[in-house]
Amino acid sequence: MLILVAFAVGEGALPIFSAEGFQFVIRTDWNAVYGRESFGALPYIIGTLLSSAIAMAIGVPISLGIAIFVTEMASHRISTPLSFVVELLAAVPSIIYGLWALFVFRFWVRDLIERPLYEHLNWIPFFDKTPFGLDIFTAGIVLSIMIIPIISSITREILLVVPNSQREAAYSLGATRWGTLKTAIFPYAKSGILGASFLGLGRAIGETILVTMIIGNAIGPAAIPTTLFSQGQSLASLIANEFNEAASDLHLSALIGLGAILLLLSMIINIGARFMVSRMVKVVPGGRE
Amino acid sequence: MEDILSAKEISSDTSETTRRIREEPRRRSKVSIKGVNAWFGSKQALKNINLEIEENTATAFMGPSGCGKTTLIRCLNRMHEMTPGAKAKGQVILDGIDIYDKSIDPVIIKRRIGMVFQKPNPFPTMSIFDNVAAGLKLNGIKDKKLIREIVEESLEGAGLWEEVKNELDKPGMGLSGGQQQRLCIARALAMQPEILLMDEPTSALDPLASSKIEELVHKLKKDLTIIIVTHNMQQAARVADRAAFMYLGEMIEYGFTKQIFQNPEQELTERFVSGKFG
Ligand SMILES: Nc1ncnc2c1ncn2[C@@H]1O[C@H](COP(=O)(O)OP(=O)(O)OP(=O)(O)O)[C@@H](O)[C@H]1O
Ligand SMILES: [Mg+2]
Repeated sequence: MLILVAFAVGEGALPIFSAEGFQFVIRTDWNAVYGRESFGALPYIIGTLLSSAIAMAIGVPISLGIAIFVTEMASHRISTPLSFVVELLAAVPSIIYGLWALFVFRFWVRDLIERPLYEHLNWIPFFDKTPFGLDIFTAGIVLSIMIIPIISSITREILLVVPNSQREAAYSLGATRWGTLKTAIFPYAKSGILGASFLGLGRAIGETILVTMIIGNAIGPAAIPTTLFSQGQSLASLIANEFNEAASDLHLSALIGLGAILLLLSMIINIGARFMVSRMVKVVPGGRE
Repeated sequence: MEDILSAKEISSDTSETTRRIREEPRRRSKVSIKGVNAWFGSKQALKNINLEIEENTATAFMGPSGCGKTTLIRCLNRMHEMTPGAKAKGQVILDGIDIYDKSIDPVIIKRRIGMVFQKPNPFPTMSIFDNVAAGLKLNGIKDKKLIREIVEESLEGAGLWEEVKNELDKPGMGLSGGQQQRLCIARALAMQPEILLMDEPTSALDPLASSKIEELVHKLKKDLTIIIVTHNMQQAARVADRAAFMYLGEMIEYGFTKQIFQNPEQELTERFVSGKFG
């Protein structure tokens, strides 16, 4: 199945790669006007990676915190409803997050996070742009909100698999809660947690609708973010934006070419995740009760 | 550390004196258990347990499955209450201090009382060395040289040093079951505990590995006080100075091992030690 898809995408992308060669990956212009066509994917690769990186930087620590709180700290009375809510949030379709972000959340981000950062820290190049609320930074934050339920519910399950005998081993050595996390729980669950994070990253990279609604939809060199508050574009969002109105075969092929790059990125991530998880599985049999 | 060294010197006496000391009726009380009750939710697992445990002895807790042996030793280092819904009441006095006193931090208690579990549970991602050093690191000891010394000493104390001294960096999980259990003993010894609690430490091991652990108990009780839960009556007879027989959450009888086996006061005990149930 995957091979069929990869084959079809590769075939569709062939014209653009034969027209532009490797240049397609590193060029920045994007011109669909007949006769003057030229396509470069770099801004969207950057937009994809940067928005996902922001999502991970915010999402992973919070997800870890939630999973640890639910499994290791909270009493049953709190943890049961909380994990239920998290599971529920994981099932919300991304367009719902997108709508909410478009009509409500982006104003909060703009007024409560971006403005203060701009006003006080604009000597840092990252923050030196009047924020508008539809930009890479907001897209990253909304993506993080989308992946937090996913990462934290998987991490929760991984922590639940850590045998109690491991926790007790640490406690019996006079470990505090934190010491037990550090000595017994994290090392045991590390690769699984990494795998869960990669899964979240995969979702963030491929997310289309939500990013299209929030990221600002810049095109060409303008889509290269110079600050976190720049309008950008991701691979998936550009495909979604232009696929219906592709002007020429080469334009269409360029969009499929973006798809090919996206597919490659997600496959790399998937293989990475699998590798991590398989390392975890190797540790588990001996350690399990 | 000094303590252990000097204690070792003192205890290197002849077997003749050891035997005399063992038969001496009263030694200093190390732990006194007073009116301990324990529950899992609303189910009472221990009913008014009273017991004096003497220093440098090995005491065996025996009894049929489910009688509360595990629960009782877990009450002695405040591990019991970490099970969700579990609680304990009563006094456990360690060297004159009630470990259930409100001012006592249960974390500190566990540093003085080591525990070895039924199934060996080394940390699977750690090397042999790091497993033994884990408790030291948890307690903020950073001095590399000191850690090395204590690790070696603890592995020696657990009778494992000769077998692993050339592969300290290998994963602890690579050892055999019996070696893993001795690794866990070494890990507990590294904390230089005054008391070592062992919950059926040999039940997952073959006879040879079990007999090594039994020899260890003999050796270790010169330096510390050992409480061992066992299902195996021969084992209790071999390793324990005192034996306690429990039944349905109650302490039925406690005394010199010999007396418990040869001349028990309670009929229940008599039936248990003669293998009529359990
Ligand atoms: N986590 C738990 N939750 C509820 N009840 C428990 C739990 N652990 C033990 N019990 C109950 O408490 C009682 C005492 O159990 P305990 O484990 O102390 O027995 P034991 O003497 O160690 O038995 P065994 O020889 O099988 O190890 C038993 O009736 C048991 O069912
Ligand atoms: Mg038990």
